[in-house]
Amino acid sequence: MNTAERVACIVDSENEPDWDFIIRPGKGLFDLQLKELWRYRDLIMLFVRRNFVSKFKQTILGPAWFVIQPLLSTIMFTIVFGNIAQLSTDGLPKMLFYLSGNVLWLYFSSSLTLCSSTFVNNAHIFGKVYFPRLVVPVSIVISQSLTFALQFAFFLCFMGYYVSAGAEIRPNMYIFLFPVLVLLMAGMSLGFGIIFSSMTTKYRDMRFLLEFGVRLAMYATPAIYPLSSIPDKYKFFILANPMTPIIETFRYGFMGQGTFSWAYLGYSAAFTAVVLFVGAVLFTSVERTFMDTV
Amino acid sequence: MNNTVIKVENLSKQYRLGLVGTGSLGHDLNRWWAKLRGKPDPYLKIGESNDRTQNGDSEYVWALKDINFEVKRGEVLGIIGRNGAGKSTLLKILSRVTAPTTGNVKVKGRIASLLEVGTGFHPELTGRENIYLNGAINGMTKSEVTQKLDEIVDFSGCERYIDTPVKRYSSGMTVRLGFSVAAYLEPEILIVDEVLAVGDAEFQKKCIGKMKDVAGLGRTVLFVSHNMAAVENLCGAGLLIEAGMISFRGFCKNVVDKYIREREICADIKLSDRKDRYGSGGIRFKEIVFVEKGKKPSFELSCGCSVTIFLYYERNIKVDRPECSLAFYDLKGNRILYMGTRIQKKLFLNVFLKGKFECKIDRLPLLPGEYLVNVALDSPDGVIDHIESAARVNILPSDVYGNGYLPPPGEAYVFCDHHWKLTDID
Repeated sequence: MNTAERVACIVDSENEPDWDFIIRPGKGLFDLQLKELWRYRDLIMLFVRRNFVSKFKQTILGPAWFVIQPLLSTIMFTIVFGNIAQLSTDGLPKMLFYLSGNVLWLYFSSSLTLCSSTFVNNAHIFGKVYFPRLVVPVSIVISQSLTFALQFAFFLCFMGYYVSAGAEIRPNMYIFLFPVLVLLMAGMSLGFGIIFSSMTTKYRDMRFLLEFGVRLAMYATPAIYPLSSIPDKYKFFILANPMTPIIETFRYGFMGQGTFSWAYLGYSAAFTAVVLFVGAVLFTSVERTFMDTV
Repeated sequence: MNNTVIKVENLSKQYRLGLVGTGSLGHDLNRWWAKLRGKPDPYLKIGESNDRTQNGDSEYVWALKDINFEVKRGEVLGIIGRNGAGKSTLLKILSRVTAPTTGNVKVKGRIASLLEVGTGFHPELTGRENIYLNGAINGMTKSEVTQKLDEIVDFSGCERYIDTPVKRYSSGMTVRLGFSVAAYLEPEILIVDEVLAVGDAEFQKKCIGKMKDVAGLGRTVLFVSHNMAAVENLCGAGLLIEAGMISFRGFCKNVVDKYIREREICADIKLSDRKDRYGSGGIRFKEIVFVEKGKKPSFELSCGCSVTIFLYYERNIKVDRPECSLAFYDLKGNRILYMGTRIQKKLFLNVFLKGKFECKIDRLPLLPGEYLVNVALDSPDGVIDHIESAARVNILPSDVYGNGYLPPPGEAYVFCDHHWKLTDID
């Protein structure tokens, strides 16, 4: 080990410089050891690669599934919600409207569900080797972000087609908020994911709650309807959902239709920060002894 | 600068017995409430020592209690003890898989632990990809792995299959690949847990050799094993753990001797009084009796004799298709003979309430010396009763070849009938 690495693996040695690290019963409330996480960045990337490669081994269509999945559900939504139930789409082309909602919601919900099983799914590895446990959820969110990038590109193609066909779509300056939206979704799914994964180690009830909750939450998110179509007395509940401003801002920036307000988006950002903080506290308190209870 | 690389201070680990269920939420809330008021954990003090022979009335148990020891740089320490003594818990804490309940461990240098080989191998990835993944899980960077890739592949002997998914590998190959990555981790401190028990003999030799090299380079090795011969061969110092406490620390040879003596003492206790057993307990062994043909029951048998082993048992609940087995070990923990109903395709469908299993050996091939016998009763649902060192048998010399000669003592364990001949080829 060279000096730089030795310095990096000093975890807790301020008071006794003679030791590289000290294994103690507990540690601080908020001790994420991001430095150590950085040292394991190669592992994060290898996990990302593993997630991808293992997902589509022995499939014929392979990565095409990334696109087929949202496409099929969009077609389904267009038929059921658009044509049969005749829900409003703010005057946007139905396919495009549902595709945008679908792709965003899929990104958030799949990162969340996968992160939430961090401890339970990796118990066999965690029980044998030490590495910063945060590596796993972080790598999951990165892999899901790559998937999302593909699906987003697909959405852009779709949008290009509609624009050239002369549909009423007006991208505007708010399109530049896109990176912020992605970061917010990543942060929120990571935060929620590690909260649930920490609680699932001891109480498996959480898993049911989550599975069920994510499915229900989609209906409380403007993925299949625009916020503008919600009666005023229910608006508050839909707006309480931190995913609402993200989807609405996305639609507003890319297609010129939707509800945008800095206050709403600020709420989402604050929510994300709180969720990440709570997640970090829970995660650090659980990761040290979860092997005894999982 | 002082030479200590691991310093363990007052280390204890408490486990909660039983299932995690609705009750645990109550305990959690209680504990949290105590913590909030600045009181100590209400469940910490009621834990009992790790004595599995007694049925404690507490739900909590100390797997390790007040462990103190130091390991010096370059030391190769063998950690021995019976199953459940706390060895694995100690290794888990040292490799930071779980945290101690009280006390702390101070460490100098990078630790790599081999509680298992090939951790994190993904069946769909190729051998090469898995080397990278496994290396990274154990704390290597990508460039470090790339540097050593050729050596790792070479050591594993899997060159031909390196770009084949690991799911197509035989189990032996997977283990070899896993160990090869571990062998090139080059940590300052290496923790090894009986992983050598797997793999073929040739590879085991290679592994022991590699571990000796590691130790020779001034690195520190902690080695846990049940094989006393391997421990003695590899380690300079030993640590004996009993019931969660250190019972002896010293030169490896002395520690191994003490462990063997204790096992022998154990073996002299009647089976019905033995508490250090595993299994569901549906059937319990009560007594083991050796009867040499034409003699009275005794634990002294002559070499090459015809002997019948009786295993008396009592049945508590109905058990489906039990499989009975017996194994002879030498004092160093090497298994010499194994006899089981399963390998003889013998199926006992009806197990009486009280009865005895009988195993007849026509010509006992053990050479003179002392041996320990393990007995086990398994079923498709798991272990029913298992006792290590159930008996100590002394094999006495006898004239098995009818010519007054026996193979030299200490150089062989068993004898067989054989015939020599010299023939002229032309």
